Amino acid sequence: MTGARSIEDLLRELAPQVLGTLLRRHGQFEGCEDAVQEAVLAAAVQWPREGVPDNPRGWLVTVASRRFIDQVRSDHARRERESATVAADVPPEDVPDTDDTLVLLFLCCHPTLTPASQTALTLRAVGGLTTAEIAHAFLVPEATMAARISRAKQRVKAAGSSFALPEGAEREERLRVVLHVLYLIFNEGYTASSGSELHRADLAREAIRLTRAVHAQLPGDGEVTGLLALMLLTDARREARTNAAGDLVPLAEQDRAKWDRLLIDEGTELVKASLAGPELGPYQLQAAIAATHADAATAELTDWRQVHALYLILDRIAPNPMVTLNRAIALAETMGPQAGLALLATLDDDGRMAGHHRLLSVRAHLLERAGDPAGAYEHYRRAAKATASLAEQRHLESRARRLRTPRP
Amino acid sequence: MQFLISMHINPAVLDALTDEEKAAIGDGHGAFIAALKESGELITTQALVDPSQAAVVTVRNGQPVVTDGPFLESKEYLGGFYLIDCENKERAIELAAQIPDTRIEGLGVEVRQVMFADGQLEA
Repeated sequence: MTGARSIEDLLRELAPQVLGTLLRRHGQFEGCEDAVQEAVLAAAVQWPREGVPDNPRGWLVTVASRRFIDQVRSDHARRERESATVAADVPPEDVPDTDDTLVLLFLCCHPTLTPASQTALTLRAVGGLTTAEIAHAFLVPEATMAARISRAKQRVKAAGSSFALPEGAEREERLRVVLHVLYLIFNEGYTASSGSELHRADLAREAIRLTRAVHAQLPGDGEVTGLLALMLLTDARREARTNAAGDLVPLAEQDRAKWDRLLIDEGTELVKASLAGPELGPYQLQAAIAATHADAATAELTDWRQVHALYLILDRIAPNPMVTLNRAIALAETMGPQAGLALLATLDDDGRMAGHHRLLSVRAHLLERAGDPAGAYEHYRRAAKATASLAEQRHLESRARRLRTPRP
Repeated sequence: MQFLISMHINPAVLDALTDEEKAAIGDGHGAFIAALKESGELITTQALVDPSQAAVVTVRNGQPVVTDGPFLESKEYLGGFYLIDCENKERAIELAAQIPDTRIEGLGVEVRQVMFADGQLEA
């Protein structure tokens, strides 16, 4: 069916606008969100068959309003007549073109919710995805996802959030949560945390779309720009990241001709723009690191000094063992594997990293480069056992096999 | 993240429990299931028949050989499991600790992350 994709795109774009309109009119997040979801589902069935209405947004607002009134009516059966009057009064005209995406993101990424609930609610209320689509993307039954979304909405309601942008310091703090949720959605799509599917492209694409929307609203925020750049520069490597058999290809061995130049150019421009700003945040630095890799025509030409310097700053402003781990790789490239191994040793007492597959695999890699094949073999094997990703496990096992020398 | 919480039962331990204790286990599982459903963390849960009812299947020289189970002679057997989807391993362990079996000497539950899944899972 022609246009099925464009109808889907249109619905995803309109869903947050329609929800914003309803919320301004009725002010009940839980009920309004349900009503919009039902209207979107109705449109997904009706529009491909009967054509897209002349005013799709008005259509959705009208249908969603009617559903909302129906809900209120069944909730308060005794006041049926009164509600029917309200339903008749629903103004059919559209509201002025204000973008509610940002306000909705702040609601859905409410700090009282767990990250899993924040991502699910964001994808449904702002992304316009159906519960079934979200459940499918996260590999759980629809009933599980429906319960999670319903609970999340109750919590937002209990927290007494209003449909307005938070102010001042609170706004700054909450924006960081929003960006983190978008980052989690992207990562979930880019590298499945478990399972055999390495790419769940839809989630990554959705995260980029939503981050673009935030960037359009806050073009001057360096971290928003940095996050968008980071996503684009990472997504640019998608095609090169796996081989025909579906196995992981590490950065150093990727066919750089397969990298998406358009995404790299856009991402690089964004990094430059954000670094020119007054503040420097973790997403900007990670994007700058990704841009440095993207800038190298071959792995050998990578400017590891710059990569290391950027990780050093990142480790200072946002200390995290994963950053130290990545810095060890860059350090090994500039100062030799022993220097990298010495830095890794500082992570041994960090409870968050004990037995972590990334620590084991990086150590394996550096031991291999340091001329200790037995130690490298041992660590690749342990890393393969520790990971929950099948693709990564296959990759680590193949590294171990490569080192196994036939014994006499 | 998805985790399988498997419940390892010891029939001798279960037999030694009083009726009240057995009922408390059943009620505890009921409350646990209700809470998991409400939080959107339950994928599915299943309990298995007594290990004495197991059939062990092997194929030797191309011929299936079926014997009465269980496969391993042991004091503990897999009694059932919860398949959950939650934030992280810490949360999975926190949930596992709410299972009534964990409070009974001789019974225990094991938490392991899921690595691969396929097939329909609709509640």
